[in-house]
Amino acid sequence: MLYDAIIIGGGVTGCAIARELSFYDLKLALIEKEEDVCSGSSKANSAIVHAGFDAETGSLKAKMNVKGNLLMPQLCEDLEVSYKQNGSLVLCFDEKDRPALMELYERGLANGVEELKVISGDEVRQIEPAISQNVVAALYAPTAGIVCPFELTFSLAENAAANGTDFYFNEAITKIERKDGHYVLNGKFETKAIINAAGLYSDMIHNLLCEDKLHIQPKKGDYCLFDKETTGLVEKTIFQLPTAAGKGVLVTPTVHGNMLIGPSATVLDDKDNTATTQADLDMIISTAKPSVENIPLNKVITSFSGLRAHEKGGDFILKESAEDFFDAAGIESPGLSSAPAIGQYMAEMVANKYNYKKKTEYVSTREAIPCLREMDKESRAELIKKNPLYGNIICRCEEISEGEIIDAIRRKPGAVSLDGVKRRVRAGMGRCQGGFCSPKVMEILARELKLEVEDINKNSKGSNMLLGKMEVK
Amino acid sequence: MYDVIVIGGGPAGLAAAYSLHEEGIDNILILERDDKLGGILNQCIHNGFGLHTFNEELTGPEYAYRFIEKVNEAKIPYKLNSMVIDINNDHQVTYVSKEDGLQTIEAKAIILAMGCRERPRGALNIPGSRPAGIYSAGTAQRLMNIEGYDVGKEVVILGSGDIGLIMARRMTLEGAKVKAVAEIMPYSGGLKRNIVQCLNDYDIPLYLSHTVVDIRGKKRLEGVTIAEVGPDRKPIPGTEIDYDCDTLLLSVGLLPENELSKAANIELSRITNGPVVNDDLQTSVDGIFACGNVLHVHDLVDYVSSEAALAGKKAAAYIKNKTAHQSYLNVTPKNGVRYTVPQKIDVANMTDTVTLRFRVDNVYKKRFIKVYGDGKELSKQMKLILAPGEMENVVLKKEQLQGISELVVCTEEA
Repeated sequence: MLYDAIIIGGGVTGCAIARELSFYDLKLALIEKEEDVCSGSSKANSAIVHAGFDAETGSLKAKMNVKGNLLMPQLCEDLEVSYKQNGSLVLCFDEKDRPALMELYERGLANGVEELKVISGDEVRQIEPAISQNVVAALYAPTAGIVCPFELTFSLAENAAANGTDFYFNEAITKIERKDGHYVLNGKFETKAIINAAGLYSDMIHNLLCEDKLHIQPKKGDYCLFDKETTGLVEKTIFQLPTAAGKGVLVTPTVHGNMLIGPSATVLDDKDNTATTQADLDMIISTAKPSVENIPLNKVITSFSGLRAHEKGGDFILKESAEDFFDAAGIESPGLSSAPAIGQYMAEMVANKYNYKKKTEYVSTREAIPCLREMDKESRAELIKKNPLYGNIICRCEEISEGEIIDAIRRKPGAVSLDGVKRRVRAGMGRCQGGFCSPKVMEILARELKLEVEDINKNSKGSNMLLGKMEVK
Repeated sequence: MYDVIVIGGGPAGLAAAYSLHEEGIDNILILERDDKLGGILNQCIHNGFGLHTFNEELTGPEYAYRFIEKVNEAKIPYKLNSMVIDINNDHQVTYVSKEDGLQTIEAKAIILAMGCRERPRGALNIPGSRPAGIYSAGTAQRLMNIEGYDVGKEVVILGSGDIGLIMARRMTLEGAKVKAVAEIMPYSGGLKRNIVQCLNDYDIPLYLSHTVVDIRGKKRLEGVTIAEVGPDRKPIPGTEIDYDCDTLLLSVGLLPENELSKAANIELSRITNGPVVNDDLQTSVDGIFACGNVLHVHDLVDYVSSEAALAGKKAAAYIKNKTAHQSYLNVTPKNGVRYTVPQKIDVANMTDTVTLRFRVDNVYKKRFIKVYGDGKELSKQMKLILAPGEMENVVLKKEQLQGISELVVCTEEA
């Protein structure tokens, strides 16, 4: 089959582009190298929606961030994604750093960030009592938010799929040929246009076709995630003044009520190396301590790391880099915040070039998988009456039912691995980290996908949970 | 309205329910979240259970079966696949299940018997990658013993808790190579008999004062590094040993599962992570009792059963004739004794004796366990060895405690 456009990469960027393009009248596919969407940097980041004062004025990063921030609330409403405009604070610990704070403020204004203000240390502690006594001032951005990056990516993909986008998984693109005025990927996928949203690998894809080479340098960030018992310790996303290494270590609530600290910023060469290190974990903990007094370090439930796809030019690359080849490359922070804007920007770029028109009928909304735990008792009882499987609790820490897990598997695109289930409905994401529920989730996955339990992977191919059936001796 | 709702159908819940029946209380209900009664005993197919209760060595399922039989004979009602999602201090219990949907029911008294869970990797914040092949020991035990799967061939175990020790032997018997057990403390957290029978008998090395400092492998686990730790429990550079392995089991502690207790605003002990209870095993909320591993982590199921039977008996007494507790004698653990359960005694209303269960905070040789009332020695027992992995107890008589205002349980060098 000849596609009009193929998107390479199923992260939040690729899925946002897919959703926007799926509104147009064209034949569209998305190809992902892992077993599921949301498997790279989109799954491991700060999960925040930046206000937009960090990036250099006039850069694509600044434009996309500010616009993405504006689009995010409506998008999350349309797609039923957990989002909260909680606001952010950049803390200043010393009067001598005040000029740097003011510079950030001025840049924010120039970038078009609304409602920004500089507040005193006392005002900071009034709105966030846990903040250190040493804070003398802060930049307050009420428009900053927190979002579930998994839900966002999955919902964008589901919406695109509902409008007819085809999804292919476990396909790493290693070969692109030009044939009869169109492209052939890996010798089997034919398309008129390519959109490169390959994240950490966007340089590799780009360099297959383009003379001007890109270079993506992975920069790793480690995080610690805390038990929900820490809910309410901070309400806003707490930054420190940025340094050359990055935006510094933040302390933030997640939209699900956990607390998150991180990230570190360690330059690596290996694009698959998401191992945390003791040095990085120690660094984020010691750096976060001055921001928030009494961080309960004994309430860490997991640590993880993600890789920033840093392009050496420093800005997002959003353009047609070769004939019919469009880059959405170098998408590092604020990539999640920018995704709604990048989606629109790239879709319009492609639609304008080929003069695609919007379909007469398409869907732009998506219903979330019900989250029974968050329902009131009456609605919960009502739903269990309709489908008793919503009453069979599988993950006891997060109270996730069999019904919700089956929903996660049956969605298009649906979960095919333990991590796919975990990221869609949070089974295994709680305080026991899957100790009790993973055997049961594996069983449900096997039943639904008509596989043997021992064929169920943690995530990508080769990440087998089991080595087989026990031999009877 | 039930007389008593028992939350959990493991060894504690079963013994508590049967004890209620023996006391003539039959309007009761056991709520169990799993699809069968017996709790974690069902996956403990090794023997060594029941020496105190039945004077014989049983496997976990056999031990559970004895109690399940009793519960069935007594026709005690229970619901399986029923997960309690909320309790409150008005004794309302909300649960969900496929059959009943979401229900809120009430009882005159509640017995908490939810057991405990394993500490996961994240709680230790071990650095490294996050591949498949890292299991808490109990999860691996379930996958092998209940589901019949092969979880790994080359294994390193972190933590020398009892489940980890048992799994070292279990995996060896299934043909896996258990290369090492690393324990961050200078002593094991498990029972001595398990060290001997599960490690020494199979030549599995136990490295005390060692921990895992790195985890390798992108998809399935490929290896781990362990290193010696100093007195501050921080790794000592230069002591690293690399192991190639496809499986890492964690047996790094058990945590009483008290999310529901928190929902009912029950006071919890920071040491046991379980409710603070009086000599009736009643929590800070009137009419809510606790027993078994939700109260404090036990070493032997026999002690769970006897403690739970007491909770049942006291809950029955509560329903028949509610006592107003006027004042308490607090038990102060000192000098090597980490905690006691119960933490306080209502001497005026107590039965003839009270059993204080506790653990010590380190390995001690040749020590007395002593109890002092207002500075006067009330009891002493000589112990050749004391270890944190083993639960200790002292039994005190009512007449010893009358008129006393300060009660201390401690160890003393002999």
